[in-house]
Amino acid sequence: MIDLVAISPCEGLLPLTVGAVTLSEPEMAPLALVAPMKGKEASLAKAMQAAHGLEWPAAGETSKADGAELIWFGRAQALFVGAEPSAKLAAHAAVTDQSDAWTRVLLEGAGARDVLARLCPLDMRDTAFPVGATARSEVFHMQASITRLGDDSWHIMGFRSMAATLVHDLKRAMESVAARTQG
Amino acid sequence: MRIAGKGLINRAKPVSFQFDGTTYQGFEGDTLASALLANGVKLVARSFKYHRPRGVLTAGSEEPNALVTVGHGGSQDPNVRATTQEIYEGLDARSQNRWPSLAHDVMAVNDLAAPFLGAGFYYKTFMWPKAFWEKLYEPIIRCAAGLGAISGEPITDKFERAYAHCDVLVVGSGPAGLMAALTAGEAGADVILTEEDSLLGGRLLSENGQIDGMPARDWANATAIKLNAMSNVRVMARTTVTGAYDGGTYGALERVGHHCEMSDGLPKECFWRIVAKRTVLAAGAIERPVAFQNNDRPGIMMASAVRAYVNRWNVAPGKSVAVFGNNDSAHDTAADLLAAGVHVCALIDSRPDATTTLDVPFYAGAQVSGSEGRKELEAITISRASGIDKVQADCLAMSGGWNPTLHLACHMSGRPDWREDIAAFVPKPGMVPGLIAAGACNGAFSTAACLGEGAGAALAALEAIGLKAKMPKLPASEDRDYSISPLWAVAGKGRAWLDFQNDVTVKDVKQAAVENFRSVEHMKRYTTQGMATDQGKNSNVQALAVLADATGRGIPETGTTTYRPPFTPVAIAAMAAGAEDKGFAPERFTTSHRLTVKAGAPLIEAGLWYRPSFFPLKGETHWRQSCDREVGYVREAVGVADVSTLGKIDIKGRDAAAFLDFLYTNMFSSLKVGRVRYGLMLREDGHVMDDGTTARLADDHFVMTTTTAAAGQVMQHMELVSQGMKRGMDVRFTSVTEHWAQFAVAGPKARELLNGLLDAPIDGESWPFMACGDISIGGVKGRLFRISFSGEHAYEVALPARYGESLFATLRARAEALGGGVYGMEALNVLRIEKGFITHAEIHGRVTAFDVGMQGMMSKKKDFMGKGAASRPGLLEDDREQLVGFKPTGVVKQLTAGAHLYNDGAEPVRANDQGYLTSVAFSPTMGTFLGLGFLRGGRARHGETVKMVDHVRGIETTCEVCHPVFLDPNGERARD
Repeated sequence: MIDLVAISPCEGLLPLTVGAVTLSEPEMAPLALVAPMKGKEASLAKAMQAAHGLEWPAAGETSKADGAELIWFGRAQALFVGAEPSAKLAAHAAVTDQSDAWTRVLLEGAGARDVLARLCPLDMRDTAFPVGATARSEVFHMQASITRLGDDSWHIMGFRSMAATLVHDLKRAMESVAARTQG
Repeated sequence: MRIAGKGLINRAKPVSFQFDGTTYQGFEGDTLASALLANGVKLVARSFKYHRPRGVLTAGSEEPNALVTVGHGGSQDPNVRATTQEIYEGLDARSQNRWPSLAHDVMAVNDLAAPFLGAGFYYKTFMWPKAFWEKLYEPIIRCAAGLGAISGEPITDKFERAYAHCDVLVVGSGPAGLMAALTAGEAGADVILTEEDSLLGGRLLSENGQIDGMPARDWANATAIKLNAMSNVRVMARTTVTGAYDGGTYGALERVGHHCEMSDGLPKECFWRIVAKRTVLAAGAIERPVAFQNNDRPGIMMASAVRAYVNRWNVAPGKSVAVFGNNDSAHDTAADLLAAGVHVCALIDSRPDATTTLDVPFYAGAQVSGSEGRKELEAITISRASGIDKVQADCLAMSGGWNPTLHLACHMSGRPDWREDIAAFVPKPGMVPGLIAAGACNGAFSTAACLGEGAGAALAALEAIGLKAKMPKLPASEDRDYSISPLWAVAGKGRAWLDFQNDVTVKDVKQAAVENFRSVEHMKRYTTQGMATDQGKNSNVQALAVLADATGRGIPETGTTTYRPPFTPVAIAAMAAGAEDKGFAPERFTTSHRLTVKAGAPLIEAGLWYRPSFFPLKGETHWRQSCDREVGYVREAVGVADVSTLGKIDIKGRDAAAFLDFLYTNMFSSLKVGRVRYGLMLREDGHVMDDGTTARLADDHFVMTTTTAAAGQVMQHMELVSQGMKRGMDVRFTSVTEHWAQFAVAGPKARELLNGLLDAPIDGESWPFMACGDISIGGVKGRLFRISFSGEHAYEVALPARYGESLFATLRARAEALGGGVYGMEALNVLRIEKGFITHAEIHGRVTAFDVGMQGMMSKKKDFMGKGAASRPGLLEDDREQLVGFKPTGVVKQLTAGAHLYNDGAEPVRANDQGYLTSVAFSPTMGTFLGLGFLRGGRARHGETVKMVDHVRGIETTCEVCHPVFLDPNGERARD
């Protein structure tokens, strides 16, 4: 039997530390886009709660249970992260495997927010974007999903094919921020 | 000349720098202007048009004269204002617009020709002959007149762009701005305080007044320390807010690396977009010059600038200084000079009732009417009713009053109000939503009024965003009336400058009025007043006052010209920061990218994707050799190509089939599970939008394939249909393009190759042509589609992208073992042209299904997108340009894409045009060039000979019109 090798989107590109900020790629995790079918929003929320103990996230929010997470991913859709979604969800929603579609990176460290401020137009102050908040926005020229994991910690997703550009743009911003703090 | 005093320079830290090749010394805290004046350098520039000697006029960003070039090569900055450039060890600045040197400038001859070079000179003189303008006049004028130049070399500095958000943005840190920031900060608001200067304080840094019982500058410093200690206040020094835009957004330029030697990675400038809930504009005011004869000599400066140089930088701008003004602030200048021990030779006040207690020669009701000297001021002429006096002076401080810096308030097309009492324009409330003007920019000219307005504006801003605060106790400060009697231009002969930067005089403005350019906007364009880097900050109001006078109207009726961003110049490099090189656009790489690059394949761009053109082998010297070989793989053995870039859209739901029936011209609800069908999609206007295959994986589950280029467009189109036209449908779809790595495996040995890999082998019965389904390779679940874009027995195999590189390597090795290999886009193109398959070269947006011969695919049994529009008269006519094939028959055996077609014997001109070629290729399979294209009434003309003319490349041949499918017209090879 053929032995195929799995390669993560950022292989050979990460991890990277510039100044106080680190960019790294987490372990690849199952990702599935869940979009409720017509009129099934309530029953999906129930099924999600029953199968995974997860609240259906409101716009701009995330919900977490042990081992899995739901990230709001646009109008009437959320990304199910970290586990295989229950087959029961398919009765209420279109569930589509996206495990290999996205590049996921973690931007962490003092100044991580300043790095994002060079790439993303969103208001990332604590009042506007607290821990647990998420948004579909942009990282420089590419569309992205951005979630705040902690005070200085952010989860950023971009298209898999654009991994090199995502790292390039983040690295450039990290260098700018680092050069200013040294100066 | 440096004098004693407690300024804001650090005498313990000398700094050496160069100006025009000479090394000078200044101190930390000096600007280039203050350091040059301290060294006695008065001549710093030549004027734009007449090459007049010019010196420093101001002490701020409004400086029109003292522009220099800093840096070299890719780091060269022209038109840097010496008044804002901080000196640092090694700074190298050069003067501009002079040759061979600043002191001996050949083009100063222009000044002698001044009578002929007035307003409109160029328009009147260089009219004829027309062709001379571009070739002769313009280059000469550009050479003679102008400002600094860029080096022409690629930029080596780094720039950046960034975003910031706040509750209250405070623009300017004079007394109003500091008080506003303090009030808002103490109330708990998120505050951004921006200041152009390196230090906070605005005019307080340059004045001798007291606040709260301490020198004003000490109060400013203490307040700055307080603000810096607040975690909710962000102080941005060296940052100029340059524009006000919609939704509380402001553009701002931060000069990050202009005040120091550039270090690695440090951006030179950062262009900020600041979004604020409320903004307090506390931008201060700009003192205006008075126009009198030869008021532009080096040594004639703004009175406020003289105070700044004396008080802040401890520089005496002259040994014998005269002061001339029409308001009380001029008297401060004389007082400050005396206090600093500088000789004041005259205090001239145009107000007849003015008095002074200062021990200086005082001239009330008098005006300075002229000056003498060439490279520096030597004497001034004072006119009063009793006669004319001449006074020796090497510096004149002048003040025509103050213009509020209201520019930002006007950036959204609002027009300001004229206030007669201060003879100045002030902003109207609400000109920019959410912006409140306070202090001098609002016409409040005493320190106490500024402090009060700053606090008041902050309170209004806080209330608007729902924060509570009380009016703070205001510190005690000077609260004097601003008494002014307007004086725009002193009467008299000779040239009196209004706009120093563009060499526009009172006479020019009057001439404009005489020639009927009476509107202020026309006057501006006719005379060029208010253009270039200072944007008329020093001259706009005076110029329109002179125009008002010349046209017999009042100033409010005359009005101002339009204030537009940016307030100060912004380098394009800052606005475009990060977008150079790899930052221009995202690069999309397939999973086989690394191996493709390693194989030496040249890449071509398809949208944002990078795809291999061909895979050269050792010894191949021309791309055609590689391409022909790769075509051979597919026709004779097996070829492998990465087709992951094609759009893949996953469609689910009870109404998925009905949804597809509406999207495609042909029927998909009749498609069996486990089968694939080719489909054609029209735009709403009935023209072809895209084509591709869609596979039915389950009753309520399809996967659609789009072309690479149109993937995004198709997705948008589907959103339009599902959100707008078929809202009731129970269907959900999402792009899975990125999830799957997909490879074409094509050729007679395709199945043999796959069966060596698949965990469960396939045969013709289980996987006939257009079958699809789940497979697994090495235990990894994937999908297999038996579809063909080459006409051969072919498949597309898809696995999750993480396995893409590994699968590509395996497929390549297996193909090579079977006498085949990988192929690129060139071969792919040849293969599809041989089969007459269309791409966006053919469906380029102007063709219908009828034109490409697919009218039979437009179902009569159902409605579909574009159906009605596609049946409009004229879209189904026999003489339309229709898709046909071409083979060369003439002496020249080459076909070129883009060439046009003419009937044999007809002259190849537009009126005789019969069509055009869209795709061509040399077919190694058939040993000839093949072409696809559109020919008028083409389907009925197979067998005819037409003439092909490529006017661009100069190629001409004849070709035979034929069916667009050249190879295997019955499609037997794909079905075997």
